[in-house]
Amino acid sequence: MRQVLLVEDEANIAEALRFILSRDGWAVSVLADGARALAEVARLRPDLVILDSMLPGMSGLEILTALRADPDHAGLPILMLTAKGQLRDREAAERAGVSAFMSKPFDNSEIRALVRDLLGA
Amino acid sequence: MRGPRAPLFLARAVYRQRRWRDAARLLPIFGLFLLLLPLLWGEGSGAGSGSVAVASAGDAGSGGAGVAAKSNSGQVAVYLFGVWALLIGLAAYVAPALAEPEADAPAEDV
Amino acid sequence: MPFNVLVLTSLAYVAFLFVVAFVVERRAMRGEMRFLRSPVVYTLSLSIYCTAWTFYGAVGSAARTGVEFLTIYLGPTLVFVGWWWVLRKLVRIGRRQRVTSIADLISSRYGKSNLLGVLVTVIAVVAATPYIALQLQSVTLSFGAFAASDPQAWAMPGRDATAIWVAAGLALFTILFGTRNLDAKEQHHGIVMAIAVEAVVKLVALLAVGIFVVWGLGGGPSAMIARIEAHVDPQWAMQPGRWAGLIFLSAAAVITLPRMFQVLVVENVDEAHLSRASWAFPAYLFAMSLFILPIAVIGLERMPAGANPDMLVLTLPLHEGQGGLALLAFLGGFSSATSMVIVETIALATMVSNHILMPAWLWLRPQAAVSGNLRGAILLARRLSIIMVLALGLAYFRLSGGSGALAAIGQIAFAGMAQVLPALLGAIFWRGGSKLGALLGLSIGFVTWGYTLFLPSFGAGALISADLLQNGLFGLAWLRPQALFGTGAMDPLIHSIFWSLALNVAGYLIGSLLSFPDPVERIQGAAFVNAFDDELQAERVGWTHGQAEPEALLNMAQRILGEEAAISFFEAEAGAQGKAGFLPDLTPRFLAGLERNLAGSVGAATAHAMISQLFGRATVTVEDLMAVATEAAQIMEYSARLESQQSELSRSARQLREVNEKLTQLSVQKDAFLSQISHELRTPMTSIRAFSEILAEGDLPAVRVAEYGQIIHAEAKRLTRLLDDLLDLSVLENGAVHLDLALSHLGQMIDRALAAASQTRPERNFDIQRDYASEEIHLRTDADRLVQVLINLISNSRKYCDAQAPVLRIAVRQKGGRVVVDFIDNGAGIAKDKQGLIFEKFARLSDDGRAGGAGLGLAICREIMGNLGGTVSYLPGQKGAAFRVSLPLRIEKPQERPMEKPQERPQ
Repeated sequence: MRQVLLVEDEANIAEALRFILSRDGWAVSVLADGARALAEVARLRPDLVILDSMLPGMSGLEILTALRADPDHAGLPILMLTAKGQLRDREAAERAGVSAFMSKPFDNSEIRALVRDLLGA
Repeated sequence: MRGPRAPLFLARAVYRQRRWRDAARLLPIFGLFLLLLPLLWGEGSGAGSGSVAVASAGDAGSGGAGVAAKSNSGQVAVYLFGVWALLIGLAAYVAPALAEPEADAPAEDV
Repeated sequence: MPFNVLVLTSLAYVAFLFVVAFVVERRAMRGEMRFLRSPVVYTLSLSIYCTAWTFYGAVGSAARTGVEFLTIYLGPTLVFVGWWWVLRKLVRIGRRQRVTSIADLISSRYGKSNLLGVLVTVIAVVAATPYIALQLQSVTLSFGAFAASDPQAWAMPGRDATAIWVAAGLALFTILFGTRNLDAKEQHHGIVMAIAVEAVVKLVALLAVGIFVVWGLGGGPSAMIARIEAHVDPQWAMQPGRWAGLIFLSAAAVITLPRMFQVLVVENVDEAHLSRASWAFPAYLFAMSLFILPIAVIGLERMPAGANPDMLVLTLPLHEGQGGLALLAFLGGFSSATSMVIVETIALATMVSNHILMPAWLWLRPQAAVSGNLRGAILLARRLSIIMVLALGLAYFRLSGGSGALAAIGQIAFAGMAQVLPALLGAIFWRGGSKLGALLGLSIGFVTWGYTLFLPSFGAGALISADLLQNGLFGLAWLRPQALFGTGAMDPLIHSIFWSLALNVAGYLIGSLLSFPDPVERIQGAAFVNAFDDELQAERVGWTHGQAEPEALLNMAQRILGEEAAISFFEAEAGAQGKAGFLPDLTPRFLAGLERNLAGSVGAATAHAMISQLFGRATVTVEDLMAVATEAAQIMEYSARLESQQSELSRSARQLREVNEKLTQLSVQKDAFLSQISHELRTPMTSIRAFSEILAEGDLPAVRVAEYGQIIHAEAKRLTRLLDDLLDLSVLENGAVHLDLALSHLGQMIDRALAAASQTRPERNFDIQRDYASEEIHLRTDADRLVQVLINLISNSRKYCDAQAPVLRIAVRQKGGRVVVDFIDNGAGIAKDKQGLIFEKFARLSDDGRAGGAGLGLAICREIMGNLGGTVSYLPGQKGAAFRVSLPLRIEKPQERPMEKPQERPQ
C-alpha cells in the first residue's frame, strides 16, 4: 500500500483529506506540526507528501526546500496546498521544485485525481 | 533689468536703517561745517582778525602783539576737541545700526 | 640715562616685537585666529596713520603753527565717522578681487593694465621715499637727543650709521614677517599684531608725556588753557586756505596712502570691523592729539631757545630730568617710526615686485611662466623690493641731510598719494571711468605735484633752479612752479594740491569721456562699481577663446600658490564641475577663479598676463560682452520668477513624496490584508466544501454523517464570526460606530466579561484574583463595547496562559480622570519582539490552540478603546502576559477619533 504523509494543521481539513484519500486506498498519516515534518518523512519514507503552506513551526515552503535539498528525497512527489491563493506563493513553490500545487478550497475529485497521478497509479 | 528685486517701499526697520545711513553720510558735512566755523571767529581781543592779522603781523614783526595780547588758540582748541568728541560720539551711536547686513544693499539706490 | 641702557632697551623692545610677530604667525598658521580677528586689533593697526610725524612732528607743527596740526587728524575723522561705507566698498572689492595693493586695485579696475600699476607704483614710491626717510630721521634724531643730554657718557655713533642700523633692522624684520609666505590674500598676521602692540606703546607714551606736562608742569587743565591763550604767536592764527586744504588732504590720504590701504583693505579680515573702527579710530586720533598743544606750549616756555620743536616730546622730559618718561617717549617714537616703515615697505614692495619686477622678469624670460621656480622668484622679487625701498629712503635721508621740518615732508607725501584719489573714487563709483582717463589724470596730477611741490621742496637751486622757481619754465611767468597761472597768492602747499588735483580730475574726466574702454575693463568696471551686487560678481565672461592644457595651468599655479594650495584649488574646482581628480575643465568660470587666486599673489595684471601666456591672447571681444549682457538680462529676468517657482516646486515635491510613501505603505498593507482575509475565508470554506461533497455521496454511516455535519456547522460558524469581526473592525476603523453611553459599574462589567469568557476552554480552571473594593467605580461609557474588550482579554488569557495553575489577576486603579484596568496572568507572556505586533490585524503568535480565532480580537479591542477615548496596551515586565486598559471616567460624547491610533507601549 502506498504511503501518503499529510502535513496540515487545520484538523478539519486534515480529516477530510484523510477520509477521501483512505477511501481511495492510500495509507494516510496526518501530521499537524511543520517542525516535525522532516523527521517524519525520514521515518515513514512516504510515496507522496501533501504540504499545507501555512504551518506552525516550519512553513510548507521551508519543508519543501529542505526536502528538495536532500538527495534522498529528490524524486519524492510533493503536493502543496495553500489557502492564500496568490500567484506569488505558487511561483515560489514551483521555483522550489514542487510536483503539484493546489489552491484551497478544492474539488474532492480533483485532488483524488491529482494524488493518483502523482503516485503513478 | 533687476526690476523684481527692488521694492519701491520698504518695511519700517529697513526704512529706519536707510535713514540712519543717510545720517551717517551727512555727519562729515556737519562735522566739516563745525570745523570750519572757527575760521570766522577772528582774533577775539588781539590784533585784527584772522589771516589778515597774520600778514600784517608778519610784516610788523612779532613784537607788535604787546602785553595785553591774548590769542584765542586755547578757546579754538577746546572747541575743536569738543566738536571732535561729539563726532566720535555720534559715530559710535550710529555705527551699530549700520553694521546690520541689510546695509549691504547696493549703496547707490537709497 | 646711559646710552647703553637706551640701546639695550630698544633691542629688547625689538626682540619683543619679533616674538609677538613670531607667535602670532605660528598661531595663525595653526588656524587660531580669534584674537587676530578682533576689531580692536584692526583699529589699532589702523593707527600706523600716526607715524613719527605725529609723535614728534605734530608737536613741532603745533609749536610752529598752533592748532593747524589738528587738520591731519580731523580729515581722517570725517572720513571714518561718516564715509566708511566708501572704505567698506573698498574692502569688499579688495576681498572679491584679491587686491594686493592700491596699485593693484587701480590696475585691476582699469582693464588689468600693468601700465597703470607701474604709474601708481612710481607715484607711491616717489611720494613715500621722503616719508620713509622722515621716519629714519626721527629715530636718528631721538638717539641724538639722548646723546645731547648726556654728552660724556657715550660716544654717539655717526648719524648715518644709526640710520643704517635702523634701516637694516627694519629690512630684516619686514623680510622675515612680510615675505614669510606668499599668501593668496597677502595678509601678514604677525606684522599686524606687532603694529597693534606698537600702537598701544605710542599712545601710552604720548599720553604719559602729556599727563606729565599738563599736571606736572602746566598746573592742570584750566591753567594749561590759560597758558595756551597767553602764548601769542602770529604764526598760530588759523589760515582758512590751509585749514580747509589740509583737512581735505588728510581725508584723501587716509584712503590712498599705501600703508593705510594695506592695513585698511588688504589686511582686513572682517568687513564688520569697519563699523567699530568708524568711531574707535577717530577716538584713537583724538587721544593722540589731546596733549600735543600743551606739550608744544610748555616746551616752548621751558626749553632754551633754538631747541628743535620736533623733538620736544623727548627733550622736554629729558630737560625736566624725567629719564624714565623720556625712555618711554623714545620707545613711543621708535614704535611710530618702525611700524610705519614696516607696513609702508611691505605695501611698496608688493607693488614694486608685482608691477615692475615680475612683469619685467616675465618679459625678459617668457618661458618663466611655464617653467622655473616662480614662487622663489616672486619671493626674491619681494625681498629685493623691500631692500630697495628702504635703501631709497636711506639714500634720501643721507642726501637731503635730514633737513626740513617733519610735518612738511609728511604733507608732501600726502599730496603725492592724493593724486590717486580721483582714479580710485572713479574706480568704485563710476563705470564710465576708463583706463585712458586714469592714465591721463594720474600722470598729469603726478607731474604737476612734482613740479609744484616735490621738486621745489628740495630748496631753490637743488633739483630745480632758482631761476626757474622765480621766472617759470621757459621763462613763462604763468608756469612758475609755485604760482601756476598767476596764482601766487596761495600757500605753496595748497597751491600744489589745488592745481595738481584740479588738473588730475580734469584729465581723468576728459580721458574717460573720450575713450571707449576695452571689454576686460568694462567687466571689471561693472564688478567694482557694483561690488555689493552678488550677481554681477559671478564671472560669466573671461577666458573664452584659447587653448591650454589643464596640466600646464596646474603646473604654473603650483609654482605660484604652492603645491598644496594649488592642488586643493584645482581639486575643489574639478569637484564643483562634477569631475573626479585634479584637472577641471577650462571653463571661463574656473579660469577667472584661477586668475583671481593668482592675483592674490602676483597682482591682477601679472596674473592676467601669465594666464594669457599659457592660454593665448584672445580673451573677450565686445561681441562676447554684448552677448553676455543680453544673456545676463534674460537670466536675471528669469531667475526672479524661477526662484519663486523653485521654492513652490520643492515644497509640492516634498508633499508628493510624502503622500507617495504613505500610499506605497498602504498598498503593501492592503496586499497583506487581502492575502490574510483570503486565507482566513478559504480555510473554513475548504472543510465545508470537502465534507459537504462527501456527505452528498450519501453512502456514509450515520455516525459519520452526524460527525461531518457537526464539522460543517462549526466551520460555517467560524466563517460567520470572521465576517462579523471584519465588519465590526471596519465600522470601528471608520469611526462610524454608535456608542451607547451610560453609567455602568466597573465591577459588574468585569463579572459579565468573566462569565462570558469562561466559555473559552471551559476545561481550564482559572484562579481569578480581584479587589472588589477598587472596582466600585461608575464609568460613563459604552458598557457593551467595554465588556467586549474585557472578554477578549480574559479569553486570550484563558487560551494562551500556559501555567500549570493559571492565575489571572485583575487590578483596577483610578488615576486622575482615568481608570486603569490591568489583566495579568502567570503564563510565559509575550516575547519582546512580538509585543508590538499583537495589536495588528491577523497577528497570531502561534497557531497552537488558537480556538478558531482569526487574529482580529486585539485589533478590534484597540479600535474599541480608541472609540472610547482610551487605550489598550501590552504591559511588559509582569512575569506573565499583561494587558492594560485605560479609559476616561466620563466620556462626554462620542469621541472624535484621533488621527493616529492610540498605541501606548510602555517600555
